[in-house]
Amino acid sequence: MQQIPDVIREIPLNYYVWFSAALFCIGIIGVLTRRNAIIIFMSVELMLNSVNLLLVAFSSYKADPAGQIFVFFIMAVAAAEVAVGLAIIVMIYRNIQTIDVGLLNKLKW
Amino acid sequence: MIPFVFIAFIVLTVISACVVLWSNNVLYAAFSLLLTFFGIAALYVLVGADFIAITQLLVYVGGILVLLLFGVMLTNQNGNKENGKNDIIGTNTNRLIGFAVAFGLFALLFFTFAKANFVNIQSNLFESIETFSTTQNIGVLLMTDFVLPFEVSGVLLMATLIGAAYLSSKTKV
Amino acid sequence: MTMLTDFGYILLFIIAAIVFVAVILFLAKLIRPNRPNEEKLTTYESGEEPDGNANVRFNIRFYVVALIFILFDVEIIFLFPWATVFGNKRLIAETDGLWGWFSLVEMFVFVGVLLIGLAYAWIKGHLDWVRPEVKTTEYESKIPTSLYDKINQKYSQ
Repeated sequence: MQQIPDVIREIPLNYYVWFSAALFCIGIIGVLTRRNAIIIFMSVELMLNSVNLLLVAFSSYKADPAGQIFVFFIMAVAAAEVAVGLAIIVMIYRNIQTIDVGLLNKLKW
Repeated sequence: MIPFVFIAFIVLTVISACVVLWSNNVLYAAFSLLLTFFGIAALYVLVGADFIAITQLLVYVGGILVLLLFGVMLTNQNGNKENGKNDIIGTNTNRLIGFAVAFGLFALLFFTFAKANFVNIQSNLFESIETFSTTQNIGVLLMTDFVLPFEVSGVLLMATLIGAAYLSSKTKV
Repeated sequence: MTMLTDFGYILLFIIAAIVFVAVILFLAKLIRPNRPNEEKLTTYESGEEPDGNANVRFNIRFYVVALIFILFDVEIIFLFPWATVFGNKRLIAETDGLWGWFSLVEMFVFVGVLLIGLAYAWIKGHLDWVRPEVKTTEYESKIPTSLYDKINQKYSQ
């Protein structure tokens, strides 16, 4: 990174941090209020993305590429998580014919 | 110019994320998630991480979103001929508590970050560390400092391949 | 800043594509005569009568294909930054050739581990395209199959 992006001079880091916090909170609302398992999955992806953005912003403002490597690995783990999670959701759907998480209460007491 | 683009992409991302949150139609939620991922990729570009932006497009938009759409289409129960509607509906619950928790957390984060001082982090801003581009930087780091996580993620991908293929190939309907 | 300028072109392309489509559709709407009837408004389904819902359930087989796609997508993403540096002359010269061999071996290990997973899933049959079973009938024809062969031979000449 021999050139510093113009953004760093013109936009304070706090904007990125606040935006990531907002996106993370949108993801939290999604996880807490939606009942469709796949939409909960999408909200988890939103939260992962906000964390990624924060890591990239910090790494870029510090001119240290290690943060971008973290994002790299997070993306690999997110792909693995989605693959296995959706396979589990599809299996749940095959067994009980619904993916409404409100109905998955066998472990509740 | 750049602040306007920045604000425009932030607005795009937040609005499409809110559509994911509010939309009752799961397909609309999935497609607005596409816009969210795209907006975040644009923000990566703005902050100078070009390779991460392309990775975002390839992995999230090209891979994860497609997989999520497959998930939607594999699990819809309304795809029958009787109700002529084309919608796949998801419902909400516990709206009040969810919003209260999330807004409380957001307020906490907001005021903490407003008080935090990020000047230390930006201190070595104007000394360039390497003469590589970001892609080569990532490649060198991947092969030197992060070579163990790299191989471990290979093992993780292998385990995912085996596990998910096993889960989804059980032909017991 | 060169990189932002390059991506600015991409942004311009995206905006131009959207504007172009919008303008063309709007112009077409202005110019074309508008006389809809029921046949024109139905969904085009290769000449068939449209039947049922667009959102039918997919078969689970397609999921395995998408799954393999995404995992190898991630693998390709890992290959990209490696490919830009593993033959870097300066790095090889600095480390007396160790750099090239080390990164080559590491990448072969990475790809090999994934190939082991693929081979395992393949051999175990998790990747098989599940075919619907074809029922064989119990009925035995009184006409022997050799008769058909004779007829075929007779008329093929």
